[in-house]
Amino acid sequence: MAWFLRSKTPKEKLKVKKLNIPEGLWLKCDSCKEIIYKTELDKNYRVCPKCNHHHRMNASHRISLLIDNGSFVGMDSRITPQDPLRFRDTKRYKDRLRTYTKKTGISDAVICGEGMLNGHKVQICAMEFGFMGGSMGSVVGEKITRAIERAASEKTPLIVISCSGGARMQEGILSLMQMAKTSVALAQLSEAKVPYISVLADPATGGVTASFAMLGDVIIAEPNALVGFAGPRVIEQTIKQKLPDGFQRAEFLLEHGMIDMVVHRKELKNTIGKLLDLLERTKT
Amino acid sequence: MAGQYLDFEEPIIELEKKIAELKAVSKNNGVDFSGEIRRLHKKANRLRHSLLSRLTRWQRTQLARHPSRPFAFDYINMMTKDFIELHGDRHFGDCHSIIGGVARLEDWSVFIIGQQKGRDIKEKMFRNFGMPQPEGYRKALRLMKFAEKFGKPIITLIDTPGAYPGIDAEERGQAEAIARNLYEMANISVPIIVVVIGEGGSGGALAVGVGNRVLMLENSVYSVISPEGCATILWEDCKKVEEAAEALCLAADDLLKLGVIDEIIKEPLGGAHRNPEATAGILRRVLRRHLQELTLLSPDDLIQQRREKFREMGTFTER
Ligand SMILES: [Zn+2]
Repeated sequence: MAWFLRSKTPKEKLKVKKLNIPEGLWLKCDSCKEIIYKTELDKNYRVCPKCNHHHRMNASHRISLLIDNGSFVGMDSRITPQDPLRFRDTKRYKDRLRTYTKKTGISDAVICGEGMLNGHKVQICAMEFGFMGGSMGSVVGEKITRAIERAASEKTPLIVISCSGGARMQEGILSLMQMAKTSVALAQLSEAKVPYISVLADPATGGVTASFAMLGDVIIAEPNALVGFAGPRVIEQTIKQKLPDGFQRAEFLLEHGMIDMVVHRKELKNTIGKLLDLLERTKT
Repeated sequence: MAGQYLDFEEPIIELEKKIAELKAVSKNNGVDFSGEIRRLHKKANRLRHSLLSRLTRWQRTQLARHPSRPFAFDYINMMTKDFIELHGDRHFGDCHSIIGGVARLEDWSVFIIGQQKGRDIKEKMFRNFGMPQPEGYRKALRLMKFAEKFGKPIITLIDTPGAYPGIDAEERGQAEAIARNLYEMANISVPIIVVVIGEGGSGGALAVGVGNRVLMLENSVYSVISPEGCATILWEDCKKVEEAAEALCLAADDLLKLGVIDEIIKEPLGGAHRNPEATAGILRRVLRRHLQELTLLSPDDLIQQRREKFREMGTFTER
């Protein structure tokens, strides 16, 4: 392998030099490997202009994509995680929390608040994959539950954008219980007859899909997003065979009747807006 | 049942063998060893006490998975009368890892839903090693709605390593099936009593775990992920199971402290597998007490109480 790597590296460097773009301004598409300017990618909703691959987007960017300019008001940002198990693996949970807070500028893996979407007041939650893989512990569960409760009491539609590897191991059983807590709250939202739109971004797996993410009145996934309960690697190890192409991808779930639609990021806001128009319309 | 035992049970098993030998000798030769036998009995009891009071969380996990530990069907047979098993989810199939039906428990007709493992290899395969398919959760929900329709209390017995990580389970939406149960269990207007009898493995366990009461047998465990899974992901070493089990705080007394369960049900000395009948008797009496309390509540109060209980789960700081 060593000779192969050695011969490859200089060539790549050469290619980059030829382009003569200062580093930090460009990146390689995760899918087609073409070089894209970061500004171009951001302007294009972080969708690759060459192959349409939807790159990961951070939580605040997602909110700005859906919420009308200047109308977002953050909620419950003062809720911060504890370390109920004094969990320690190769690192201490406390230290991990500190690192990710510094890295992302938020206290845990979700941003919640309210704002306008094409003129509709909505409650919105966007999960932050950059914070410990978007994992759900007590804080994520509590913030999403509060958003659900606000949606129910104020009769404002709820939008949750899930982007998460599942329950957070470092909070043990309490993380598992957040699945029950959020789902139970959704039962109350349903009684209030308030629409809940669940958006699944890559990846949405584990405890998040086995709770609120799969309970939307409408479930929308982004193209090619990984959506499932068990991770593909665990499944492969269990059944000892390779998984079929496209398995657990958004299009696969659509095919199997698990979601309502696969929507391009560019169309997401208008799709949700239209749905809310139709659901909230009182005259015929 | 006494044939299989774990490493840390070995000293007790040795003593028991010795006692049996002495008994046989006194019987066959007419020699009186009763003093010695009494002494050994006492010693064995002391040993059981001291061994079980300082079990690590990993040993506790092993006990929860003990091959001789009573399974859901064992408890149903020992605790109830006239059990009639009901099958199928009415959509796709009948899962063999989640069983259910209606039975008489003391004065009540109850619906029992149990997660069932297998004892020999053939039954293990048939039960899919206790890992439910989506049909299992959907069957459980069907039976819970059936129970609700006729105002019968529901008892669920949790014992699963977790949901089945398979292609078919994903294709048929196991995430949705689990989520749906959590959501629907919030709406059920009859008492739901949940008992973790062995292994409470993650979402697969929680899918029948939203109850008015959540109880755990003393040597059962309940966790967000198995120690094996956790060790593989966080330590990147599947052998770090002892560390992972320790860190996950998955034992009954941990969960009681964390406010996740309501009560720990004591097992007979040495664990449920040492005396299944006695364990079933204890469990039956505990269930009776909770049924007496819960059947006094109105349907609305039952729903309210269950919702509030799960609303409180978790811990955080708010400045
Ligand atoms: Zn591309």
